[in-house]
Amino acid sequence: MTPVDPTPSGMADLRGLTRRRFSRRDVLQAAGLLAGAGLLAGCSVPGARASAIPGDYWADKKPSKFLDWANWPLYLDVGKENGKTVHPSLQEFTEQTGIRVKYEEVIQDMDSFVGTIRPVLASHQATGYDLMVLTNGIYLTQMRELNYLIPLEHSRMPNFFKYADSTSKNPTYDPGNKYTVPWQSGMTGIAYNPKYIKREITSFDDLFDPAFKGKVGMFADNQDLPNFALVGIGVDPAKSTEADWRRAAKRLTQQRDEGLVRAYYQQEYISPLSKGDLWITMAWSGDIFQANASTPGLDLKFVVPEQGAVVWTDNLCIPRYSRNPVSAMELINFMYQPKIAAMVAEYVNYFTPVPGAKKYILDDAKAAKKKSDREELLGIADSPLVFPTKAMESKLYRYATLSPEEVPVWNQIFEPVYES
Amino acid sequence: MTRQRFGRLTAYWLALPGAMWLAIFFVIPMIYLLSLSLMTGNFIDGFKQTFHVATYWHTISLYHDQFIRSIVYALIVTALTILLAYPMAYWIAMRGGRHKSTYLLIILLPFFVSFVIRTLQWQFILADNGFVLGTLKDLHLVGSDFHLLATPVAVICGLTYNYLPFMVLPLYVSIERLDPRLMEAANDLYASKLQALLRVVLPLTVPGIFAGVLMTFVPVASDFVNAQLLGGAKTTMIGNVIYTLYLTNNDYASASALSFTLMGALLIGIFAYARALGTKDVMEAAAL
Repeated sequence: MTPVDPTPSGMADLRGLTRRRFSRRDVLQAAGLLAGAGLLAGCSVPGARASAIPGDYWADKKPSKFLDWANWPLYLDVGKENGKTVHPSLQEFTEQTGIRVKYEEVIQDMDSFVGTIRPVLASHQATGYDLMVLTNGIYLTQMRELNYLIPLEHSRMPNFFKYADSTSKNPTYDPGNKYTVPWQSGMTGIAYNPKYIKREITSFDDLFDPAFKGKVGMFADNQDLPNFALVGIGVDPAKSTEADWRRAAKRLTQQRDEGLVRAYYQQEYISPLSKGDLWITMAWSGDIFQANASTPGLDLKFVVPEQGAVVWTDNLCIPRYSRNPVSAMELINFMYQPKIAAMVAEYVNYFTPVPGAKKYILDDAKAAKKKSDREELLGIADSPLVFPTKAMESKLYRYATLSPEEVPVWNQIFEPVYES
Repeated sequence: MTRQRFGRLTAYWLALPGAMWLAIFFVIPMIYLLSLSLMTGNFIDGFKQTFHVATYWHTISLYHDQFIRSIVYALIVTALTILLAYPMAYWIAMRGGRHKSTYLLIILLPFFVSFVIRTLQWQFILADNGFVLGTLKDLHLVGSDFHLLATPVAVICGLTYNYLPFMVLPLYVSIERLDPRLMEAANDLYASKLQALLRVVLPLTVPGIFAGVLMTFVPVASDFVNAQLLGGAKTTMIGNVIYTLYLTNNDYASASALSFTLMGALLIGIFAYARALGTKDVMEAAAL
């Protein structure tokens, strides 16, 4: 046995005999843990809010000869020309202003459209769109909060102030029309298939009739479902409180737990309603009108329940980093002429924001050569789904306007209803 | 000495691409996910690290129904796929002859069509007045208000249909590798056909079953397409909840917490299962 060498290197060996030595693996593990902990603590997710839009935004904006417009399908007048689908109102716009329009029907629902453009805007890039049509509600409020919408230049849209109806001006979700003007509006009410339901449907409570067990459809969203339920229990969503939200959610939960609801639908409720998988369902007015128009023999009914219905508005607005904002303003102003609004209303059959359009639709009806065309146009001019009657207007309620702090509370109350 | 050194280093160099791959696409995202799950904040103003562990309890208390439902569905689907896939794989491996690969191709054929489209077809097949239920109703074999769509049965059927091939393939591989002489031996030793199956074939194909269970149970538990398209009022799975939390509500913290809990639960389940089967078998399965 050799004596331990008392030099420093020998001391190290000695220490190794008594104390546990750190192996390379220990060191690596410790380093890994430290790095992991550092990563855990270090990173954060920056907010998506962009800088405020400068007050003199419009000062240096020049007119251009191009416009890219993102809209929903079947939401603009359509004509045939040499076998090609054209939009007569846009053709007239191009003729009058020389602005070429790229019209894109890219918006299927707010979820996915906003989901697509939000990351682009968050990285300060142009979306490619100069004008888009967004429904009022949580997403629109969010886009505004994020500073992703350009304030409209009111001096460039005299037609709006001249021809828009009073409900389109100064809506609760956009005071003073700072960022948006309405494109068209519609209702969320009740639809039913009279092939299966032989009695008159008049009330929100009909969605709770045990006779329709398993044949009731409701919406799977955090917008229409909650607001419609609030109206159903007799509360104006715009004035509702958290206690009201809980009451409405409780009613909906009961309906679900009693087995009344077949499923919560996102878009695809028309097909089950036509096939008889559903007998009665929450529905959008325009969907029912278009389903009946496009399917011979189908006779679905749309009802504004006695408690009232929810009215929503799709709005024209300009996304940030738009390259042709002046052209967008031109189009907004153009579309508010009663003659042009009439062209659109004749085709899309939603509420038009321009009451003066009625006169032009009646003129077109007079001029129509075919009897069926004339009757259709007269029907549109008389339709309460295009020009709401005063009695109906009193029963229409707007979505609740939620602050960013209220949104998570609202979601946590209503999501467990349809995500069950 | 230097040659040996060189050899050892070469092994590290060769492992580098794999390690980098794991680090970039698994370890870092996992740490990030964990970190995110402990943050508080909102989408507009951003999320900050606050080590807010309560998010976990909160999300689980809100969504434990969907959580348990997903696990239960996954267990049922896994059991059903084993029951369906085992005879299929056995038949192809033992009786397939020279057409084995044709049969396998037939099983994989549906994969040439998009997952969503395949699932959507079931909406037509199972519709209340569609050609299956409509016919049964006309024959008065089922009541007029009987329906399958929008029920747990539809979701479980859809899941079983979509994940069946993932069970067939590993089972086929392990059965195909069996030495037929073992079964002859069992026969010579007076084992009945059933006994030979239960005591010889089944134990020897446990690694295949394990691999199949891994490949079905885990993705089924986190699936959201089938519940979305075929489900109804009370069939939401945890995948749907996570999807909504992430993409609709932008509540990244809650969504990450739920994802992490799900992953933890699945890992614990799998390790327990591996333990029960014996580690050796699992290593074989991994080598498969």
